[in-house]
Amino acid sequence: MKALVCVKRVIDYNVKIRVKSDKTGVETDNVKMSMNPFDEIAVEEAVRLKENGLVSEIVILSIGQDSSQETIRTGLAMGADRGILVKVDDILLEPLGVGKIIKEVCEKENPEMIIMGKQAIDDDCNQTGQIVATLTNYPQATFASELKKNEDGTLNVTREVDGGLETIKVKIPCVVTTDLRLNEPRYASLPNIMKAKQKKIETIESKDLNLDISPRLEVLEVNDPPERKAGIKVPDVSNLVEKLKNEAKVI
Amino acid sequence: MKSLVIIEHDGKNIKQTSLSTITAAEQISKDVEVLVLGSNISGVLENLKKTDIISKVNYCDEDFLKHQIAENLSEVIISFLKDKEFTHILLPSSTFGKNLGPKIATILDVQQISDIIEIFDHETFARPIYAGNAISKVKSKDSLKVITVRPTCFEPCAQNSNVSDEKFEVSSNQSKSVEFVTYDQSESDRPELTSAKIVISGGRGMQNGENFKLLEGIADKLGAAMGASRAAVDAGFVPNDWQVGQTGKIVAPDLYIAVGISGAIQHIAGIKDSKFIACINKDEEAPIFNFSDYGLVGDLFEILPKLENELN
Ligand SMILES: Cc1cc2nc3c(=O)[nH]c(=O)nc-3n(C[C@H](O)[C@H](O)[C@H](O)COP(=O)(O)OP(=O)(O)OC[C@H]3O[C@@H](n4cnc5c(N)ncnc54)[C@H](O)[C@@H]3O)c2cc1C
Ligand SMILES: Nc1ncnc2c1ncn2[C@@H]1O[C@H](COP(=O)(O)O)[C@@H](O)[C@H]1O
Repeated sequence: MKALVCVKRVIDYNVKIRVKSDKTGVETDNVKMSMNPFDEIAVEEAVRLKENGLVSEIVILSIGQDSSQETIRTGLAMGADRGILVKVDDILLEPLGVGKIIKEVCEKENPEMIIMGKQAIDDDCNQTGQIVATLTNYPQATFASELKKNEDGTLNVTREVDGGLETIKVKIPCVVTTDLRLNEPRYASLPNIMKAKQKKIETIESKDLNLDISPRLEVLEVNDPPERKAGIKVPDVSNLVEKLKNEAKVI
Repeated sequence: MKSLVIIEHDGKNIKQTSLSTITAAEQISKDVEVLVLGSNISGVLENLKKTDIISKVNYCDEDFLKHQIAENLSEVIISFLKDKEFTHILLPSSTFGKNLGPKIATILDVQQISDIIEIFDHETFARPIYAGNAISKVKSKDSLKVITVRPTCFEPCAQNSNVSDEKFEVSSNQSKSVEFVTYDQSESDRPELTSAKIVISGGRGMQNGENFKLLEGIADKLGAAMGASRAAVDAGFVPNDWQVGQTGKIVAPDLYIAVGISGAIQHIAGIKDSKFIACINKDEEAPIFNFSDYGLVGDLFEILPKLENELN
C-alpha cells in the first residue's frame, strides 16, 4: 500500500508572530520555519504503518516554494521514501487550490492512503483534507486519534469530535487527517538525516498542471487582535473570591 | 440575498452552536432558512421551530442520516440546493461543521471561509489566523459563499416563535465507502464547555487525573464546565474533548479559571474572548498572568481546597 503524506511549511509554532506594519500579512523574514505540527504526526503515522508492514512506500508532497524542499527532507529523514514538490510562485495559496493540486498528484501516484494534518497552524483553515477527499471521491476520516486495519482491508478510524470519540470504518483508498493524540512524532536521527539527503525529490511546476488555483478570497488587511491587558495579582483566596463576586460580578 | 444554516444537533436537541450561527446569518441578510438532516428528528424539529429570525425549517428525515456521516449529509444538501437561490450557506465551526463545510464548498467549487468572528457585509468577514495572533479581513469573490462561524462570537438567537416546516425527500443512497461504528460520548452532568458561563480548566500542574477532583468540587459549586490544556489531555488526565485552545475548543465564558496552566499561545487562543480570566499558578512568571484579570500565585494543592471552602 502506498501512502501519500501532505506537509506544509509554516512558521514554527514557538515563534511569536508579528503583523506587518502595512497590514498585508505577517512578518516571515528571518523567522524560523518548520513542518506544520499536524503534518509531523501524519508522517509519523505513515512511518509506523510502514514499520508494521501495512504501507510499502511513503511519498511526501508539499506545495510551495523551493524552500519547502527542506520540509520534505524532514519527512524523508523521519523515514519516508521520496518526495514531490509542486512549485508555486507568488500566488497566495488557498485550501481549494492546494486540494486541486493534491488531487492531480493523486491521479498520477494512485496512493491507497492520503494522510494530512487536520489543520495548518498558519491559516487555521481545517479544510484541505476534506477538500481532497471530496475531489478524489475517497471517504474522509478527519481528526483521527487512532487507526486500525481490519481483516477485510478496511480501516477503523477513531475521530476526536466535540462530544467524545467517534469510530468510523472506511474503505481504502481514503483520506485521513490527523489530530494531536494520534501519535508522538519521532526526531530524525543523524544517520537518517544523512540518508535522507540521497532520497529523491521530484519537482513539478504548478503551471504545468493547468489548474485554476487563483485565489477566491482577497485579503483586505491583516490586523493585530484586540489586546488583552494583564490585570492584578491578588494576595489570597478570600480576596480572589471577593473580587470575582463584587468587582467582576461573575460568581 | 438568502442564507441557509445547516443545523447541528444530537438527534434530540439542536446545539447552541446552531443558534449562534443563525444570529450570524441574520447579520448577512434578513432572509434565513435552516436545513436539518437526521433520523427520527421530531424532537429536534419541535425545538428548532421555536427559533426566532428563521423563516422556514427544511428537513430530511432518513435512517441513513442518523450518524451524520459527512459523505451522506453533503450529498443530500447538494440535492436540496438544486433550483434554490441561496447566496450563503453557514455552519458552526464545531467538529460537525469543520468536517462537513469544506465538502459542500468543494462540490460547489467555492473557497470556504473558515471560522469567521465578525461580519462587515455580505462578502467581507474577519477570521483569526496564527492561533488568533492576527486577524485577517477577507473579501470573498465566490458568488455563493460557504462559511463556518465561530459560535462564541455570536449570541445564540432567542426561541419564541413558531416557524413552519417543509419535508424534503431524497433519493440518494448511503455512501458505500464509510460506515459508522461507535460513538463514545463523554458523559457529564455539567454544562457544555463551549456554552457554559463559567469554565474551570486544569493543566499539567494538576499532576494526574485523580487530582481533577479538586476542580470538580469547585465546578459543582459554580455550575461550571470543566476543561483542560493539551498537556493535561495528552497525559491522559482527562478526555480529549476537554481540550481548550487553538486546535481544541474555543470558549468565551463570563469567567475562565486556569489552574496549573502556563498560558501557551495555543491555549490562550481558546480563551481570550472570556469576559474575565482568573488563574492559579505557582510560577509568578508564567505567561498566563499576562492574560488574567485576577492572578493568584501559589501551590494549587493548597489553594483549591481553600477556594472550595470559601465558596460555601
Ligand atoms: C500544533 C499544536 C497545537 C496545540 N494546541 C493546543 C491547544 O489547543 N490547547 C492547549 O492547551 N495547548 C495546545 N498546544 C500545546 C501548548 O503549546 C502547550 O504545550 C500546552 O498548552 C501546555 O499545557 P500546560 O499549560 O498545562 O503545561 P505546562 O506548560 O507544563 O504548564 C504547567 C503549569 O503548571 C504550573 N504548576 C505546576 N505545578 C503547580 C502547582 N502545584 N501549583 C500551581 N501551579 C503549578 C507550572 O508553573 C506551569 O506554569 C498545542 C501545541 C501545538 C504544537
Ligand atoms: N501547501 C501545502 N502543501 C502540502 N500540504 C498542505 C499544504 N497546505 C495544506 N496542506 C495539508 O492540509 C492540511 C490542512 O491544512 P488547512 O486546510 O490549510 O488547515 C495540512 O495539515 C497539510 O497536511
